[in-house]
Amino acid sequence: MKNHFRLGLFIFLTPVLLWLILLIVVPHIELLLMSLHGKDDMGKTVWTLANYGHFFTEEIYWYTFVRTAVYAIIVTVLTFLVTFPVAFYITKVVSLRLTGFLTILLLMPFWVSELVRVYGWMILLRESGVINHLLVSVGLIDAPIEMLYNDISMLMGLVYTSMLFMVVPLISSLEGLDDSLIEAAHDLGASPLTIFIRIVIPYAAPGITSGSIVVFMLALGNYLTPKLMGGKNSLWFTEQIYNEFIASFNWNQGAAFGFLLLLLSSVIIWTGLKLSRQKLGRALS
Amino acid sequence: MAPVLDIQNLKKCFGSFTAVDTLNFQVEDGSFFSILGPSGCGKTTLLRMIAGFQKPTEGKLLIRGKDMSNVPPNRRPVNLVFQNLALFPMMNIYENIAFGLKRQGVGATEIARRVDAMLERVHLSGYGKKDISQLSGGQKQRVAIARSLVLEPSLLLLDEPLGALDLKLREQMKIELKKLQADIGTTFMYITHDQSEALVMSDQVAVMNEGRFEQIDTPRNLYSNPASRIVASFVGETNILHVNVLSRSPLKVKTDFGLELIGTSVKDSLDDQLDLFIRPESIILDPAETIDDTNRFSLTVRNILFDGSNTKILATVDGSNHELTVALPQNQQFAHIGKGDIVPAGVHIGSCRCYPRG
Repeated sequence: MKNHFRLGLFIFLTPVLLWLILLIVVPHIELLLMSLHGKDDMGKTVWTLANYGHFFTEEIYWYTFVRTAVYAIIVTVLTFLVTFPVAFYITKVVSLRLTGFLTILLLMPFWVSELVRVYGWMILLRESGVINHLLVSVGLIDAPIEMLYNDISMLMGLVYTSMLFMVVPLISSLEGLDDSLIEAAHDLGASPLTIFIRIVIPYAAPGITSGSIVVFMLALGNYLTPKLMGGKNSLWFTEQIYNEFIASFNWNQGAAFGFLLLLLSSVIIWTGLKLSRQKLGRALS
Repeated sequence: MAPVLDIQNLKKCFGSFTAVDTLNFQVEDGSFFSILGPSGCGKTTLLRMIAGFQKPTEGKLLIRGKDMSNVPPNRRPVNLVFQNLALFPMMNIYENIAFGLKRQGVGATEIARRVDAMLERVHLSGYGKKDISQLSGGQKQRVAIARSLVLEPSLLLLDEPLGALDLKLREQMKIELKKLQADIGTTFMYITHDQSEALVMSDQVAVMNEGRFEQIDTPRNLYSNPASRIVASFVGETNILHVNVLSRSPLKVKTDFGLELIGTSVKDSLDDQLDLFIRPESIILDPAETIDDTNRFSLTVRNILFDGSNTKILATVDGSNHELTVALPQNQQFAHIGKGDIVPAGVHIGSCRCYPRG
């Protein structure tokens, strides 16, 4: 009996372990080693911390790093603010029959690749785009305005690409919220705002946490949207990494940046969990 | 002083369906008032209108003399104990009970004092820090009631709160609720489809059917003098016989299987076809010859339904196939009765209540 159990565990665990070791652990060890190497004046490869040193001495790296973190947090918060009313409406306001239909409507845009979706936004927003054309022909503005290539358009693009990953956990956690809890709170003297803060949000907290973690990591690691929709000054840290690997061909530096990004996301998520007193295991289960 | 609850011409329609049909009644301060009715009779709608979750289509609803038409649920001096209790899972027991007090802006020390006093009252002292999931069904019940009672409402509404409990616990909670109400003196308005809950606990019971009250009375009167056919068949167990009128005053009737009985007419009716109701316990086995005003017949025992103090027999009348349920007296006098025995029986004419067939 016990042997059977072991065998079963082994069979099911093997693919996961292979995946983790071959695709995650081994490359990261390789990256870590790479980040700790550098070329000395003679062109010889030696152990060094210089790659990490560069990050702290060059202002532009620092600046991009902090900027990326702050903007990823803003994206997470904005995504939550946009999707929560949607999730609440779908689960609590409309009839049960419509819930499934509306959820599918939400999922539909995500059958298309991210690239196509971002290009969609660009077609709408660019100087010769649909919105500008409409505004000019209606007479609201005299000349087309460039709406792309700034921080706002980039944030919007990131929020749009992340929405799905927030709305699905929110819907599944709000679906479990019994209407009578809301009514009970109302009956006990709570105003609608208090019900929202004391009952609805705490109830949805695990969903909010898991959605936020996913959205934050996706935003932090996104490359495409900041690159295409952001302006010259909207530098994202992933672009720095890309530049080091591809443009400068400095793999050691790129590896160090990659590790710093990993560290950054871990620290921010840990802090977030501590501040909101949520447990990672509970949020992701 | 104005009654706690005064309902005037209250009506609620959903489309063309009338859930609550022009009700008028008052609930006295400090009483235990039950509404008893089958599911779908409109009792939950009525309760939700009193709590403020539904707006009446017509009519007025006054609590302590104040019109509640435009008062939202969070400002009404009534609290509702939900059928599924609706305890907040993200809070512990203390926080659940303190929730309403916090909303009223009561100070922290005062909240602590009142919550502790309430916990003691429902026999849950020291449970404050526990999670909802750690409680048994009966304990959750008591937390739900405590959560509402701590706000000292004018009227506590209870929506079949015992429905989810198992039989034994339900019996126990019935007694506890009645004691609690007598202790605290808050007016309870309790809705249920379980007649025994209503009869055991209440001072007054309203029997509701199709949006209307059939009768509002004390449990004893409801049981012994049901005002209508519906009340008679819904409250308590009963034998129903279809009868034809042979003569009026005295009312003499004949059943389908040919038994002639003298009965009591409850509602005046010119109808010749009536329903005759006999409670299982009003059939006397082996009655003394000297008792007057008694319909006499013989019973053939077909089955014995043993249930401790509640044992009954199923017996057919005078060789017909019509079965009557008869309660056995609790003194074991008829413990020897077996299947197939033929026993003389009688019913006092006052216990043969005839209602128009409707």
